[in-house]
Amino acid sequence: MVIEQEWAILLARIQFAFTVSFHFLFPAFSIGLASYLAVLEGLWLKTGKGVYANLYRYWLKIFAVVFAMGVVSGIVMSYQFGTNWSVFSDKAGPIIGPLMAYEVLTAFFLEAGFLGVMLFGINKVGRKLHFVATLAVAIGTFISAFWILSVNSWMQTPVGYEIAANGQFLPGDSWWTIVFNPSFPYRLVHTLLAAYLTTAFIVGAVGAWHLLKDRANEGARKMFSMAMWMAAIVAPLQIVAGDFHGLNTLEHQPAKVMAMEGHYQSHPDGAPLILFGIPNSAKERVDYAVQIPKASSLILKHDLNAPLAGLDTIAEEDRPPVGIVFWAFRIMVGIGFAMLGIGVWSLFARWRGRLYDWPLLHRFALLMGPSGLVAVLAGWVVTEVGRQPFTVYGLLRTADSASPLDAPAVAASLVAFVVVYFAVFGTGIWYLLRLMKKPPQAHEPALEDAPIRSAGITPAPAVLEGEPA
Amino acid sequence: MIDLTVIWACIIGFAIVAYVVMDGFDLGIGILFPFFKVGKDRDTAMNSIAPVWDGNETWLVMGVGGLLAAFPLAYSIILPALYAPMIAMLLGLVFRGVAFEFRWRDPAHRAFWDRAFTTGSVVATFAQGVALGALLQGITVEGRAYAGGWWEWLSPFSVLTGFGLMVGYALLGACWLNWKTEDALQRQAVTYAGRLGLALLLMIGVISLATLTLEPRYLDRWLSFPGVLATAQVPLATLIVTFLFYRALRRGKDAQPFFWALALFGLCLVGLGVSIWPDVIPSRVSIWEAAAPHRSQVFMLVGASIMIPIILAYTAWSYWVFRGKVGHDGYH
Ligand code: HDD
Ligand code: HEM
Ligand code: HEM
Repeated sequence: MVIEQEWAILLARIQFAFTVSFHFLFPAFSIGLASYLAVLEGLWLKTGKGVYANLYRYWLKIFAVVFAMGVVSGIVMSYQFGTNWSVFSDKAGPIIGPLMAYEVLTAFFLEAGFLGVMLFGINKVGRKLHFVATLAVAIGTFISAFWILSVNSWMQTPVGYEIAANGQFLPGDSWWTIVFNPSFPYRLVHTLLAAYLTTAFIVGAVGAWHLLKDRANEGARKMFSMAMWMAAIVAPLQIVAGDFHGLNTLEHQPAKVMAMEGHYQSHPDGAPLILFGIPNSAKERVDYAVQIPKASSLILKHDLNAPLAGLDTIAEEDRPPVGIVFWAFRIMVGIGFAMLGIGVWSLFARWRGRLYDWPLLHRFALLMGPSGLVAVLAGWVVTEVGRQPFTVYGLLRTADSASPLDAPAVAASLVAFVVVYFAVFGTGIWYLLRLMKKPPQAHEPALEDAPIRSAGITPAPAVLEGEPA
Repeated sequence: MIDLTVIWACIIGFAIVAYVVMDGFDLGIGILFPFFKVGKDRDTAMNSIAPVWDGNETWLVMGVGGLLAAFPLAYSIILPALYAPMIAMLLGLVFRGVAFEFRWRDPAHRAFWDRAFTTGSVVATFAQGVALGALLQGITVEGRAYAGGWWEWLSPFSVLTGFGLMVGYALLGACWLNWKTEDALQRQAVTYAGRLGLALLLMIGVISLATLTLEPRYLDRWLSFPGVLATAQVPLATLIVTFLFYRALRRGKDAQPFFWALALFGLCLVGLGVSIWPDVIPSRVSIWEAAAPHRSQVFMLVGASIMIPIILAYTAWSYWVFRGKVGHDGYH
């Protein structure tokens, strides 16, 4: 029976990790894309240049598909806390429940309510109001990230609670303390920048692909240029934000940073920065380590000789798994620096006037297209696996959070999720790639096949038919 | 002092009503979809809900999110108890949600996505109905947790409520199409609405009688004197509303039958309330036992009382933007 319980928990964890990772792929893209669309429409309203209207329509079709997948995979998430983590929900519900309710009230309704007008309403409400709808959707995605990250951050760095006799976490006297818990500002900034980078690199890759085929395509030039500006500006910001995030984590979740760094042992006078190596938890050391002496102390403590504690100071049953965290962290950071590299390269190309005719740059940008998505998932793996073995850090263990479910029930649902997600979202991603394969045109069709028109109202002349000025 | 717990029970109740009012008809259209002619008719039916389905479904998130926030204990008992139907519902919603976009993106496989739309809608509706039935028939609870097996939800009664809800949503779907479409499709919708109205009445009757046999408490609630004088008004009103529904349908009204059909649903929910109030998990956990602490309730009430009117306002606006009949011109 005990074994069966452990299986049920393991399966539930896999199921949660699987569904939330799939979910987050879509918001990571759509948070950035919604803002990009708002910028494009704003520029179009301001300058009247057709290229912006065409790009808007081009990316709107893609947005519609991404958003639909984000919504349906998100609805799954809000049920999973109850179906699979019921003890956690019962105990943490009084605190995380209201925050998630605020997300529904202030974000999901806003996005969903204006999405219809954004997708289908241009001929019905006029340009200005349509722009308002686009803005509302973009702001909605931001607010959504705000609340859900507050929830997640509270689970990482819980503050402002009292523990009741029945084991529930109750809110203390200030909600402000709970919402703005110590890791939240860092996580919010880092995740939003991540979403912008993710989008920038996808947009940049699409632009690069079409530039490789036709250097003169106006839309492709514009989107590539915009994306490269984002890369050049946001990638360095992200690295700085990540550094601050790490310092904050060191303060509140030192065990996670030890796992990220591969520090099994304490270093009383300056810890090395392990670049690569194979963490070996059985022997408590990193095999084949390539390391820079004292550099870790320099990064984390800004002092070459500062002492750093290792996992040997943490009770065995409280240590996170090291290997996954260690590698995921390196993937993320590696991608961060590659993004910086491309940003710098694009600045150089711009300065030399070769931004649109440097095929090697375009090939590299194409290769980097999905890098944001990979980095984002790697980042979440660092965050979540590094929090183990707790759901509410230091207070509630993962093993004590799960629903009283039979392993076969969870196994069956996990198989169903895997099959359905790969089939449905796999197809969706295929459709996205097909849309992206078409070059942006001078007269980009609107969401062509789904015109919503009402009899009795003559559709206004296609207002978005902005002509190149 | 006003009891916040009761207010929160009303807000969750409101979210459920809003969900049924708004998502019921678009699930219903999914259920009826295979009966519409391929091409123009199906496209029109789909277009009549495309701009609003996402907002409609958000009420489902509101219902469950609100439950977690306001009644965490209920959330953490009900969801594991209804594990299989809940997972089935979620997967159904995945299929139908993406079908809205995918069927346009891939004309070569439109028939496939149309089937996915129907299957998803049927599964989601059936699962919601089963969930309701399972809740009514009783859940095994020990301490603060669900203590039954993973098939406890399955019974003849819950299957019956599953089919009942399918008939109900299909009726709403037919009435919506009667309102939003023209010509042959509208005539087809009227025919279906006529048949489904009767079927629903039958279902309501059977489910109501079956409910009375589930728990002595339900019987007591409905039939003991003098309460019966009040409770008897519910079936009476149901008959009157059914009559008004058919009158509106026969007179060829566009919108009216839809609202009468909603009224039928409203009466069912009133009936449900009579049976279970003031419990969230019938006969096991009352709203006060499940309630979140005062501070959580107050914090959310501030948000809810500001946001819900605003949400209703812009939801109404977006329905207004897409008012009138859906034309079928303008296809490429
Ligand atoms: C495009 C995406 C992206 C890129 C390029 C980076 N990150 Fe990141 N990182 C994320 C996307 C992300 C994320 C998905 O947004 C995470 C997961 C949860 C979170 O808070 O942000 C994250 C988590 C995360 C954490 C874990 C914090 C915690 O959970 O306590 C640290 C320490 C860093 N990052 C540090 C960095 C550094 C030093 C980077 C510089 C190269 C970097 N990240 C690049
Ligand atoms: C496990 C945690 C999560 C849960 C329970 C969850 C829940 C949901 C739900 C229910 C929806 C659909 C809303 C609708 O009906 O319109 C959704 C969509 C969305 N979620 Fe999540 N979510 C989670 C994680 C995240 C994270 C970490 C972010 C961002 C940082 C995020 C951002 C969004 C956004 C922007 C949308 C809108 C749809 C889209 O852009 O794809 N979510 N989520
Ligand atoms: C959206 C991006 C996210 C990703 C990619 C992600 C990833 C993961 C992973 C990989 C695990 C499994 C950890 C392990 O088994 O060792 C996990 C667990 C979990 N995460 Fe997240 N997570 C995300 C967001 C969130 C958010 C926003 C919340 C809270 C609102 C959350 C709450 C949880 C919970 C409750 C568990 C289960 C308990 C556990 O195994 O730790 N996650 N997540």
